[in-house]
Amino acid sequence: MNSRLARAVAGAALTVLCAAPVQAKTPEDPSALHTDNLRDLFFGEALFNAHQDRYFDAITRLDTELQQFRLLDDPELDPFSMHFGQAEFAVGDLELSYRMHLEAGRAMEQVLQGDVPQPIKNEAAYRLAKIHYHKQQFANALHALELIEGRVPERVRADEQFLRARVYMQLGRFEEAVELLKDLKGEKSLAGFVEYNLGIALLKAGETERGVVELDGLGRKAGRGDAMRALQDKTNLLLGFQLMEAEEYQRARTYFDRVQLSGPFSNQALLGAGWVEANAGRYDRALVPWQLLKQRKSTDAAVQEAMLAVPYAYGKLEVHSTAAVNYGQALDLFGNQVDVLTRSINSIREGKLLEALRRKEASQVKNWVVELRKLPDAPETHYLLDLMASNDYQEFLRNYQDLNDLFERNKDWLQSLDAFDEIIALRRSYYEPILPGLDVQFRQIDARIKMRLEQRQRLAMRIENLLVNRRPELLAKSDETESRLILQQIRDILDYNPSLQSEETEDRIARLEGVLKFRLSREFDDRLTKAYKNLQELDEVIATLQESYQRYVRTRQAATHSYEGYTDQIASLRAGLNRAQERIDQLMSRQGRMLEQLAISELEERRGQLESYQIKARFALADSYDRANELQERRADARKVEEYQRQVEQMKQAAPDSRSEPLPTDNPPELEAPAPKGEGADNE
Amino acid sequence: MCRILLATVLLMLAVMTNAQEVSREEIRGLDEQIQDVKKDVISLTSELNRLEEKLLFPSNTQVALFVSLPDSAEFSLESVEVKLNNQVVAHHLYTYREIEALQLGGVQRIHTANVQTGTHPLEVTYFGKSKSGKEYRATASYSVEKAVGPKFVEIQIAGNQSAINFKDW
Repeated sequence: MNSRLARAVAGAALTVLCAAPVQAKTPEDPSALHTDNLRDLFFGEALFNAHQDRYFDAITRLDTELQQFRLLDDPELDPFSMHFGQAEFAVGDLELSYRMHLEAGRAMEQVLQGDVPQPIKNEAAYRLAKIHYHKQQFANALHALELIEGRVPERVRADEQFLRARVYMQLGRFEEAVELLKDLKGEKSLAGFVEYNLGIALLKAGETERGVVELDGLGRKAGRGDAMRALQDKTNLLLGFQLMEAEEYQRARTYFDRVQLSGPFSNQALLGAGWVEANAGRYDRALVPWQLLKQRKSTDAAVQEAMLAVPYAYGKLEVHSTAAVNYGQALDLFGNQVDVLTRSINSIREGKLLEALRRKEASQVKNWVVELRKLPDAPETHYLLDLMASNDYQEFLRNYQDLNDLFERNKDWLQSLDAFDEIIALRRSYYEPILPGLDVQFRQIDARIKMRLEQRQRLAMRIENLLVNRRPELLAKSDETESRLILQQIRDILDYNPSLQSEETEDRIARLEGVLKFRLSREFDDRLTKAYKNLQELDEVIATLQESYQRYVRTRQAATHSYEGYTDQIASLRAGLNRAQERIDQLMSRQGRMLEQLAISELEERRGQLESYQIKARFALADSYDRANELQERRADARKVEEYQRQVEQMKQAAPDSRSEPLPTDNPPELEAPAPKGEGADNE
Repeated sequence: MCRILLATVLLMLAVMTNAQEVSREEIRGLDEQIQDVKKDVISLTSELNRLEEKLLFPSNTQVALFVSLPDSAEFSLESVEVKLNNQVVAHHLYTYREIEALQLGGVQRIHTANVQTGTHPLEVTYFGKSKSGKEYRATASYSVEKAVGPKFVEIQIAGNQSAINFKDW
């Protein structure tokens, strides 16, 4: 049992530990989502959303800005032009974060095919390779990396090389990966991750000792921060299992002991440490880590295995009764956990998992997977932690939550569209009755403005003429004009009726005309200046009038635009939203079923494992009972023989009688004491 | 008869097993459809945003107020209150992620309103704390000059200097 189980554990652990190269957290690209000189508030608003991982809001905001910017006649005058290129790259990045790899990939392909400088193409190729790597399309990722010509921008150079090395590892080209990773050693942003991958690549390339040395170095380093400590533990665990596979138990134990007792890998390390000792035949030492592990969370696979390993070790030490007690405990635990798993599977089938995932707080609480089980009838998520931590499942979960979010948003928009319809109807009912009356007034004002403008035009022309042709009478005041006309009338009457003419009358008329002409002539310059000033004042009045006119036109247009021209757009948007809702609903069902199926498969697998443990435990329990009984019988027999021998000795010493029948010198075979078995003695 | 029944049951079980398996192709197909629907909804939402702005906040009456923070981890903004035309129009309590986003250069649109052309008094009050726990509070006034076009005002909070600056855009 020990070697099979140990190998299985070692194999499984190695598979998990070596399956994927460790990926360092990608450092934030400063060129895409950061700016030291903000020139457009709406770009800043998109950044505000992006930095809170509200990718949908950030993308829609940037999309809107980009679309509006492309419609401008003079885009270079718009402040957004300063962020245009950055915004286009940022949209690609945000789409990638929003799990829209196809769209981001298409954008990068366009850049690669476009007429852009080689450094930008190189960056696009690197980003495209990242997308393919993320989607586990490693050959495509390598193809994208091969499109890079010359040097990539300095800030992504190390990341590009690291990505290339990981792609080589995935494609089984470990020697090339080793060469690249060696060059990357000492890169601060990738500290730890390079060494880990280099160690794995060396192991896979067949350079076992060099790989062990590399990983040993990483396993000794006291890393800072939780992530680095976890990587250190993972390295030590990997080395432990690697050396256990190679049957180097003493060295393997050292690495298991290096793993922190409270870290995420501590359970596997305790289990491994126990198996190392058990493989070396030191079962009493194996019990130390296993007993410790047995006290831990009973849903952990390592703990459940320890429940069987502990009595197994007791059995090997021939303490069968203790082994039997421990097998009994294991059976109780397995029975309970099988019931828990059955309940959990039923709860998932009833839709409780999806119900919990749809709750908004699911994504807001940090350890929401753990919190989830507090809900009524929710599944036991301890069994799902590993599954939920896997990349694929995380992607499914986020997609499901994204779809749910989109569904809720669209539902809100549909309600908003109803409200928009109501607003438009209200505006129409308010404006339509009053606009005709306002239009009549508007036309009157318009006519008046036009008349005033014509008058002003005439006056301006007259003043212009007066500057060239001096005609003072044209600047006469109304009383002066009236006087001039009366004098003209008198002259007409006198011409018509000459009998009325006299010298005195003629003198008087001439004097009056002279006075009038003299005054007009003398005041001509002043009057012309005044007329010019008056014309300027008139211009101001006309400007105010025209402004009022423009305001009226704008208000009139705004009033009309507030309710006209929306019907088709709203109808089309509503239809689009309804179509999207149907599709989202279908996709949510499919994605949800996939999540449920995967969770149920995981739980069923764990239940199957526990059921097989139950069978093993039952057999082992029976065997332990048998052995314990056998041992007990042997001891009882031994005690009887001892008692008999003691009695014979006493009788011999008390009264030796020569007449009595001599005692037999040899025992019958059934009273023969069993030969001692050495180290198997029970010490209970 | 028994054999046929057994074969049928086995076939059904095989079909059920296949149905329950999640294949890579199925995952990829579903993923692509999800990406498509996301793209469509983004496009719809952009159009809806434009419609909403045009309908509810036409450019001739629109005033939008934005809050920004300097890139300093020394000051943590807790709340901002905005009064426009002597009425409280926004009161926001900041989450850790919002503060972080502001410090990374993000700008928060705190309020959008419709106002007539002319002058409108704006009063902003903020409350925050330094890393050491020292409290900062300040109030500042500004006059929003609304013309025919849309008006955007940035409220720059310089927390540890107890100052608020305004910038017209």
